[in-house]
Parts: sequence; structure tokens; C-alpha cells
Amino acid sequence: MNILIFVLLSLLKVAVVTVIFLMAVAYTVLLERKLVGRIQNRWGPSRVGPFGLLQPLADGLKLFLKEDLMPTAVFRPLFILAPIIALSCALTSIGVIPFGENIRWHGVDMFQIADVNIGLLVILGVTSIGVYGIALSGWSSNNKYSLLGSLRSSAQMVSYELALGLSVIGIVLRTGSLRLRDIVNLQNTHGILSWNVFGGFQFVAFFIYLCAAFAETNRTPFDLPEAESELTAGYHTEYSSMKFAMFFMAEYANMITVGCVATVLFLGGWSSPFGNLFPAFGGPVVQALLPVFWFVLKVFCFLFLYVWVRGTLPRFRYDQLMGFGWKYLLPIAILNVMATSLALAFHG
Amino acid sequence: MNVAVFIFFGLLCLGGALNLLLQRHPINSALSLIVVMSSLAVLYLLLGAEFLALAQIIVYSGAIMVLFVFVIMLLNAGEEDRTHGSRAAYFAGIPGVLALFTVLASTFFTLRISFGGTRLGSFLVTTSDLSRVLFRDLLLPFEVTSVLILVAILGAVVLARKEN
Repeated sequence: MNILIFVLLSLLKVAVVTVIFLMAVAYTVLLERKLVGRIQNRWGPSRVGPFGLLQPLADGLKLFLKEDLMPTAVFRPLFILAPIIALSCALTSIGVIPFGENIRWHGVDMFQIADVNIGLLVILGVTSIGVYGIALSGWSSNNKYSLLGSLRSSAQMVSYELALGLSVIGIVLRTGSLRLRDIVNLQNTHGILSWNVFGGFQFVAFFIYLCAAFAETNRTPFDLPEAESELTAGYHTEYSSMKFAMFFMAEYANMITVGCVATVLFLGGWSSPFGNLFPAFGGPVVQALLPVFWFVLKVFCFLFLYVWVRGTLPRFRYDQLMGFGWKYLLPIAILNVMATSLALAFHG
Repeated sequence: MNVAVFIFFGLLCLGGALNLLLQRHPINSALSLIVVMSSLAVLYLLLGAEFLALAQIIVYSGAIMVLFVFVIMLLNAGEEDRTHGSRAAYFAGIPGVLALFTVLASTFFTLRISFGGTRLGSFLVTTSDLSRVLFRDLLLPFEVTSVLILVAILGAVVLARKEN
């Protein structure tokens, strides 16, 4: 009986997280269109529902009803497999991220799907597999723009993965653990002062993580793989209907995951920025949900930054992109690792 | 449960390896190699080597195989022609491989007691345990290996350099 409740609750948890995640993906698209609209001095979507709030539903319906074209000269199995790889990798890594305090109900951790010892490595591993979705889609489309886009993106993602991996080593050194809950627990003692980005002196690592994460998710200013002025649409030129929608959802799901990881690693996860300054208020339910509120707020700020950067910065040239990744980000990341380990060796 | 997972991923690994040899298109072979690498990672996980499992996925399935796929895409390698193979391979190669396999299998089978054994999923090597062994007990071999990799990188740079 006990094991049955455990399994049911776990399945329910997975379902709830997935549904909320997909809704968040849909509304991130709306957030981006609204914000970019305001940055460019126009309204953005405003017709469907109040303030255009039902626009994601309309978009989803439209994509769902579109004809699913299958170009004649594509390599069929990989052409179908590629968007599935991209979307499933994008949805997998949310499973190891903790959203709130470790509160158990019938033995089930309420605010995390899987508490893995090596959660940070799982995220890096899933990200590294996600490259195949883009690489294979471009190759199997049998289209020169797609191929160029996917070649660019594989090279870019492999290069920036190094900087991404090195930027989080400082955090792992400080915590002494790869478990995401341990990483957050170290940061929630004195509020904003003990966050890794401020109190942990990891602001250089945060900057490197930010650049590498923007490149990993193929977002402006590193959106070379789909540079529409030169490659029509890059790797997803030949895709239509739901297959295109899967790539689109994968991109935005990756953005949210990167925001969650940045929150957990650098911005103190679910911990309140005020620490224990204010006395606890409300009942146990409020106390359990307040950390989730802080977590969501931090992720929202990160997504806002994403859109802000997209509305502000122009695209890099390809050689500049590679030079920036290998000649600047990587050496700075290595220096940061050395500085952090020296500081820990003498003070910690 | 552990045995079932082991058998499933062991078979997946073998199937991937066979598929790698039998496929005619290079990209299919490369994808089968990814399957092999990833199922090996699951086998490591069953033996409690969690760091090794994820390192296998990040380094082999993620980085190295992406480079393989990248080169195949860049060269746009097509399907290879099917030949009958050389006669020497049929008469010497296959019996030779079978003999080698038998010798190895019987050696391992007779020596299995002195190797010692482990049960699937019976223990866990944490990352800190692993690093303690690597950086304390095996420091010299570890550093020498990294110098070896450095030498390989330098060699690649020398080979790729343009003479002018």
C-alpha cells in the first residue's frame, strides 16, 4: 500500500511539473514577443484575450492544424528523430532541479522530481546529448542552409560547453558536492550576501556562465545557427507543423532550464534574498510555498534578461563567436577556477 | 531488477556494436556508436560508478561523437559499396578471432576467483572517494596520463600547421 502511494505521488509530481513547464514554455514565448514589442516601441500581441494572454493557445492550435510537410529528398528516420531528440533532452533536465525546501509527504520529495547525487553532471550530460537534435536535423534535411546552420551550431555548442563546464567548477569547489540541494543549502544562510554570485565571489563565473548559456541555447547574440538574413532559418528550414513546433518548444524549454540552473548555482536557488531578516509568517503551507515563489521570481528575472539582451545586442560574426569562446571565455574560466581553488586553499 | 537492467543494456550495447559494423551509411554507424557509449554508461552506473557514467556520456557520447558526426556531415560521406571481402579474411580472420575470443573467455573464466567479484548495485563510489584515489594514491600515473594527452594535442597542432 505504501509503495503504491509512493509511486502514484511520484507520477503525479512528474505530471504536474511537466504541465507547468510546458505552460511556462508557452508563456515565455508570449513574454518575449511582448517585451521585444515594447523595446521596439510597439504593442506586441494584444488581440487574443485580455492583453493578448491567450495568444500562446492560438499559436499552438495554429501549429497543430498546419499541414505536416515531408520534403522528398530527406533522410526520413533521422528527419523525424531529430526534433524528438531536441525536445526530449530539453524536457529531461528539469527533472533534477529543486524548486523548494526538502519537504516530504508520504516519503515523496514535494519540490524536486529526482534528487541525484550528481545532479549538476546530469544537466551537463543531457545538454551535451541535445546537440544531436540540431546536428542531425540539419544533415537529414538535405538542404544547404540547414546543413550550414547545423554545422555552425554543433561547433558552437561543443566549444561553449567547455566554458560552461569550467564556469561551474568554482561553485562545486566551494560546495564540495555535485548535488544541487547541497549547492543551494550552502547559499541560504545570510540571504543575498551568501549567494554564490555575491558572497561566493563567483561573479566572473556568472558572466562566463551567462555567455556560454546564451550560446548553448542558440540565442542572440549567438544565434548564428538560425541567422535568418543569411540562412533563411538555419537547421529547421525544412520543418513544418508540429515538428517545427518541437524545435521551437525545445529552444524555449532550454532557456527556462538554463534560468533554473543559473538560479540554483549562482542566485541562491529557492532561498529568500532577505535571509532570516523577517520573522516567519503564515502557516506551514505559506512557508512551504514562499521558497517556490522566490525561485520562480529569480527564473523570471533571468528570462527577462534573455529577452532584454535579444532586443539590444546585434549578432556576432562567426569568427568573432569562435574567437570569443576559445580565446577569452575559456582562459578566463580557467583563471577563475585557479583563483577560487587558491582562495579556498588559504581561507577555506 | 538490477539484473534485468543489466541484461537489457548489455544486449542494447551488443546490438549497437553489431549494427555499427553492419550499417552501410557512416552516419548510422556513428549513431550506433552513440548507443553503445550510452549503454556502457548505464552499466557503469549499475556498478556504482556514478561519476564515471556521467563522464562517459559527457565526454564520449557528447563531445567526441559530435566531432565524428560533424566530420561525416562536413565530408558528406555517402553509402559505402558492398564488396565480397578478401579471401584471407574468411580463411584466416574469422577462425583467428574465434580462437582469440575462446582463449580470452577461458582465461577470464579460470581467473575469475582471483579477480574478485561484485554484485550489481551493491555499493556506490562517490565523486569525493574517486577523487581521493585519483589525486592521492594514483597521483603520478594520473598526471603522466594528462601529459600524454598534452603530447597528443601538440602532435595534432604540428600536423595541422601549414608550412610556409
